[in-house]
This record gives sequence, structure tokens and C-alpha cells, in this order.
Amino acid sequence: MSIETRELRKAFGPLQVLAGVNLRVETGESVVIIGRSGCGKSILLKHLIGLLRPDSGAVLIDDENIAGMRERQLLQVRRKFGLLFQSSALFDSLTVAENIGFVFEREGKLTPAKAAKRVDEALDMVELSGARDKWPAELSGGMRKRVGLARAIVYRPQILLYDEPTTGLDPVVADSIDHLIQRINKQLNVTTVVVTHDMRSARRHGQRILMLHDGRIYAAGTPDSIFNSADPLVRRFVDGVADLNPRNHIL
Amino acid sequence: MRSLVERWFGGWLQGLGRFGLFGKEVLCSVLLHWPRWRDLVAQIHMIGVKSQSVVLITGAFTGMVLCAQTYFQFHKVKMDSATLAVVSVAMCSELGPVLTALMVAGRMGAAMAAELGTMRVTEQIDALRTLATHPIDYLVGPRLLATLLALPLLTAESIALGIGAGYAVAVGLLKIDPAFSWFHMLKYTSHTDLLTGILKAVIFGGILAMIGCYKGLNCREGAEGVGRATTEAVVYASITILISNFFLTLLLANLLA
Repeated sequence: MSIETRELRKAFGPLQVLAGVNLRVETGESVVIIGRSGCGKSILLKHLIGLLRPDSGAVLIDDENIAGMRERQLLQVRRKFGLLFQSSALFDSLTVAENIGFVFEREGKLTPAKAAKRVDEALDMVELSGARDKWPAELSGGMRKRVGLARAIVYRPQILLYDEPTTGLDPVVADSIDHLIQRINKQLNVTTVVVTHDMRSARRHGQRILMLHDGRIYAAGTPDSIFNSADPLVRRFVDGVADLNPRNHIL
Repeated sequence: MRSLVERWFGGWLQGLGRFGLFGKEVLCSVLLHWPRWRDLVAQIHMIGVKSQSVVLITGAFTGMVLCAQTYFQFHKVKMDSATLAVVSVAMCSELGPVLTALMVAGRMGAAMAAELGTMRVTEQIDALRTLATHPIDYLVGPRLLATLLALPLLTAESIALGIGAGYAVAVGLLKIDPAFSWFHMLKYTSHTDLLTGILKAVIFGGILAMIGCYKGLNCREGAEGVGRATTEAVVYASITILISNFFLTLLLANLLA
């Protein structure tokens, strides 16, 4: 499934977060969106799945504009998506297995045995088979991400969105999550959008990297072209060098 | 000064409009997407069963103190045996439904706002939406229906215990003649008093569940936002219950007369 945005604009009060974002992600493509903290990466991601409504512009999923859809129509569109939240957003009143099997339990289309089997398969994929009956509060940050990922992939979506999948994790756990994402993307052959400011993660996941700056796509290209870019703004971000000019500070 | 009033009034109207739209959405959800029995029973347990102790204690001691105070006044004019009739009518039509609703608003209205507010700030509501589940269907519908069902039952319990406790105080402590007390209570308490109380309880249940859920789903970010939403849910629900009680008393008196 392809994703496209046309002149996407979103403001919160006087703050213009997205100022005309145009992007296209082809079916099966893996795209990474990078940018500084607070530049609107997560906001853009939430527009792609219809969690936020744009002030103007279009979001096309397989050429169908979802920007003007009602919430109940969007629920049907979202069945094609899986989203890994930055905070994992696990339901804290449900166990790991109940979190992952939430959709099956709600819809009741699968028998409990088949649903349990799918949950176990998802847990195996994220290498957390022993955590079935644990509560979210008992899990470490890395484990929560894995459970969030299992929940996102259990109903076999066609598009996977990752919001800062390695943020807040130590380098070893972040590396294991990166490998896990790579493996899952390959196994499921889905369209993928990863939002991150972790450049190692960006190089690994992106067939293409887009850089968001000032509410627009500032730079786009293959990982090599972005990492070798001579543009001072891209260079500073890639090298992780602070910008001392206060006019360029977003936060 | 004028712009301040305009801004306040505009904000108030906007809030009212948003609450109206929320009400419409909840109504559509309840009518078209009836909650699952499992979710409904869980909420009835939370709201109905777990609120019993606080509601029963409130009902019993309200009946007892009302009985004592009424007796102190009525005794002066030799109307002792009418004491229980006053307790009964007051418990059925006013004190039973209002105090039960206030106690449940303090307990469950706050809990609804806090639970839904926490879910909102930790992105669990967004997670529900990404899992093709409408938050109103999953979170609000069962809570509203459970409150509509549980509050009249809790109110009936509170009324019964209030009258029973009042009777015990009247007969056991104040030495009022039990036969005359019972006779006068039955004579002056009509079924419309009880019906008024139960109808009020249904409406109060709707008010406290709607305000609790609305405040939770629309709370601001962070712990402060959840705290504020919880406080506002209890305060707004309590005030709305007290104000609406006056108008309901007048309305139901005319309708049921």
C-alpha cells in the first residue's frame, strides 16, 4: 500500500508544525523521517494513520484521501496499519497476551484457540515467548517496545509505522530493536515509515531518508546521499553538531 | 472587562457545544454499537457493587439524623408519630437520590475521569483507535449504561436502609409508638415519591457518567491535567446534580401529580 501527503498543514494555536508537507512512500518501500526534536515528525506520523486531522491538505492511502473521513470510516482504514508508539502505549489493565490479542478478543472472529496461537506467533517473532502473562508494569523499556511491536503486527497489517522505536533505550537494547524491526519488515514485506532522530537507526531502516525541517520536507534521498550531503543543515544533524544560531532553534 | 466577559462566555458556550457533540456521539454509540455484556457487567461491578458500602452508610446515617432532628421539632407540637413519615418522604424523593448520586460522583465520577485521563495522556486512547476500536464504544458506552442501571438500584438500597435506620432510631431510641409511626409513614408516602427518586437517580447517573468520561477524554497533558480533570469531574457533576435536582423536583411533581 502506498502513502502520500499533499500540502499537509497543521498548526496548534500560533505554532505552525506542518507547513505543506509533500511526500510519497511506495508500496513495500521503507522510508525514514528524521528531524530535530519537536519538528513535527510524530505529528506527521499521526496524520498518516488519521489520529490527527490536518488543517488543510490531503493524506492518500492507496490514492484514497483519508483527511476528511469520519472517525468510524477511519477505523476501517486503520485495520491496514500497525503503529508502534514512542511510549509503547500498552493497555496497563491488560496482560501482555491480552494486549496483543486485543483486536481478536474485541472482534471475536477467531476462536480463542486460534487467537491464542496468533498471539504466541507474534510473541515468538519479537522473542518474548515467556512474557505472555506479565503485566506491562513488570516489563523493561525494551520489552514494552517488543510487546508494542507484537501488538502492531499481530493482525498482519500492510503498513507499519514506527514512532521513535529506539528512543529511551540503552544502545544494546536499541540495537536489538533495530534488528528486530529489520527482520519483521523483511518477513512481513510491508510498507514502512520510521520516525527517528537516531541516525544509526535511520541508516539501517531507510531505503529513503526524508528530513523534516520548518514544517516541510527539507531534504530527501538515499541513506548514502543524506549521510554524504554537503548541505549545512543536514550535515549538522547527521554529525550531531549543535546549531548556535537561536533563529534555527525549534524548541 | 467586556472582552473578558465575552471571552469567558464564548469559552463556556464552546465547552457546552463540545459536550453536546460528545453527548450525541455517545447516544449514537449506545444505540448503534451496544457494548458487550462482558464490559457492561465489569462496569456494573465497579460502579454498583463496589459503591454499596459508601452508599449504604450514607443512607443509614442520613435517615437516622433526619429522624432525630425531625423528632426534636415535632415533639414540641406533639406530632411524634409523624416523624417517620417525614423521613420516608424526604429519603424517597430527595435525600436518597441526591446523596447517593453525590457519593457515587465522588467515587466513580472521579475514577472515570482519572482512568480515562491517564489513558489519554499515555496514548492508550490513540492505541485503541489504531486497533480499530472507537474509544466511545469501548470506554464510555459501558460506563454510561452501567451507571444508568446501578444508580437507581443503589438509590433504592439507600432509601430502604435510611428508612429502616430512621425507624430503628424512632422506635428504639426516641420511643415513638411503632404502630402509629408505621401507619403514618405508609399514609403519607406515595408511590410517586419513590418513582420521583428512582427517575432522578437515572438522570443523575447519566449526568455523572457523562461528565466523568468527558472530563477524562478531554483532559490536558501531564499529571496536572489528569488531576484537574478529576477535580473538575467531581465538582461539575456535583453542582449539576444539585441544580438539576431543583428543576427535576418541580418537573416531576407536575408530571407525576
